[in-house]
Amino acid sequence: MSKSIRYRELRVFAEEIRVKTLAEFGYIGFGHVGGAMSIVELIALLYGEFMRYDPARPDWPDRDKLVVSKGHAGPAVYATLAMKGFFPESMLRELNQGGGRLPSHCDRNKTPGIDMTTGSLGQGISAAIGIALGDRMDGRDSTTYVIIGDGECDEGQNWEGFMFARHYALDNLIAFIDANGQQLDGYTRDVMDTGDLAGKLRAFGWNTIEADGHNIEKLYRAIEDAKAFKGAPSAIVMHTKKGRGCSFAEDVLANHHINFTQAQLDEALAKANEALEQARAALLK
Amino acid sequence: MYKVLDKIVKSEELMRDVYCATLMELAGKNKSIVALDADLISSSGMKPFFKAYPDRAIQCGIAEANMIGVAAGLSLTGKVPFCHSFGPFATRRVCDQIYVSAAYARLNVRIIGTDPGVTAAYNGGTHMPFEDMAVLRGIPGITLIEPCDTVALADIVRQLADVYGVYYVRMARKNAMSIYEKGSTFTIGKGNVLRNGSDVTLIASGIMVAEALKAADMLAAEGVFARVVDMFTWKPIDAELIARCAEETGAIVTAENHNSLGGLGGAVAEAVVKTVPVPVEMVSTDDRFGQVGTEDFLRKEYGLTAERIAEYAKRAIERK
Repeated sequence: MSKSIRYRELRVFAEEIRVKTLAEFGYIGFGHVGGAMSIVELIALLYGEFMRYDPARPDWPDRDKLVVSKGHAGPAVYATLAMKGFFPESMLRELNQGGGRLPSHCDRNKTPGIDMTTGSLGQGISAAIGIALGDRMDGRDSTTYVIIGDGECDEGQNWEGFMFARHYALDNLIAFIDANGQQLDGYTRDVMDTGDLAGKLRAFGWNTIEADGHNIEKLYRAIEDAKAFKGAPSAIVMHTKKGRGCSFAEDVLANHHINFTQAQLDEALAKANEALEQARAALLK
Repeated sequence: MYKVLDKIVKSEELMRDVYCATLMELAGKNKSIVALDADLISSSGMKPFFKAYPDRAIQCGIAEANMIGVAAGLSLTGKVPFCHSFGPFATRRVCDQIYVSAAYARLNVRIIGTDPGVTAAYNGGTHMPFEDMAVLRGIPGITLIEPCDTVALADIVRQLADVYGVYYVRMARKNAMSIYEKGSTFTIGKGNVLRNGSDVTLIASGIMVAEALKAADMLAAEGVFARVVDMFTWKPIDAELIARCAEETGAIVTAENHNSLGGLGGAVAEAVVKTVPVPVEMVSTDDRFGQVGTEDFLRKEYGLTAERIAEYAKRAIERK
């Protein structure tokens, strides 16, 4: 299969995830929409192409692991896990329901396929390092992926982890920085300017790649390059838009956690479905 | 089964050497055991382990938060991590990492915090945890242990190879008073009655166990018969034993090298008021910060003495 067709298939998968995630938020009427939407293409690439996993065995030791350090983006991952058969799609109705299995932030004990409990920002990198280190000690060729928000990089623990991962040359670890430029209280440059994150990661000795986080082909190539790199961990700084592809969230500053109306949801779903149809049409060309 | 030595004397072995030797013995049998430290292996006595098992010894640098998270991640792959730092940096500095990445995530992590309370001596207030157990006590499911001597330490560390969950061990590094005969075994979650008595129960932990035994001797000379309990597990607290002691002796004194707020005193009092309410007096560092000094100076400064225990015992008996 040509790469071009594969990219178009993955675009379809990404738009399916976007529609499914919006519908999932729609069951409860609020949620961390912005940060879930900005990682949709990445999640499509991980579960559609790069990660090794078996939905029937979520604890399979040889699987690749994903730590969603920005744990509030869980809903995008839940929708994907459901589509891949980790649990029935009907379970997406449990998002944020008391006693449900899909909490607002990722929980490894509640949701099949979620590898690590996250939500207290800054901690995912360290857990991902421990997983990558444990896999390497036992000779497993698994890759551990971790998704960190750019606002989350305010937390100092990330930088402890970045230093550690380079010191131990963890080339089975790939970190994605979701550089959407926004955090809860506003633009990252106003709240706490994280500066040149790629430059900082390079200074920490990481193989650092920058890519458009919504461009399937460019992100695909970045992940390929990261996987091939040996001797140091890799970071992909993804330039993204918070709320991407959700009409009531995109271009809204306060889109970290949103309450929305049925009308807003209907409009967003209509547009997301339109994007999905366009992606499908492109595939048939 | 445990047996108390006839004579309580200072051990010739350092607690940290026994810890390291025990962990090496376990690592020889169990390939999953890994050790992590935060630039303190010279203090924790773990150099021999790091030399013998370089592939399973992880130097984390001065970055305790990351160390706890790495340990949690390692346990996710089946490793059994033992992390070390000084007590304050192994607990209050990393409370949220222990809470979320280890405990809430239901992972399998052991944390060793050295230099409890006044044993931090010349390192002073910044390094002197009177609150390490209190900081962690509110974490659901965590187990908090303070072994009083090398025999208890070795037996408990051996058990930690095979249990699952988050365990914090509060450990003095240097020579402790020997309380138990070699070969004694310990049940985590159960206190040990070291001496029987009918007038009052002295419930102690760590360095205060030897002081409580001394206080019991002092009280006996005055015709007061004190029961002495080594409550080496602070959580889960042995409420059954506490209720029995309350019932049978009618008064309790707790003794800890720690703040009684959220500490052993608090834990015992909670058990007492829920079972058999009797007077409880608490010998502790009280609600104070640490400071520099020799251990002897600090023991006197904070009233961690047999004399204060004996005085509080009489006070508790008067309140019956």
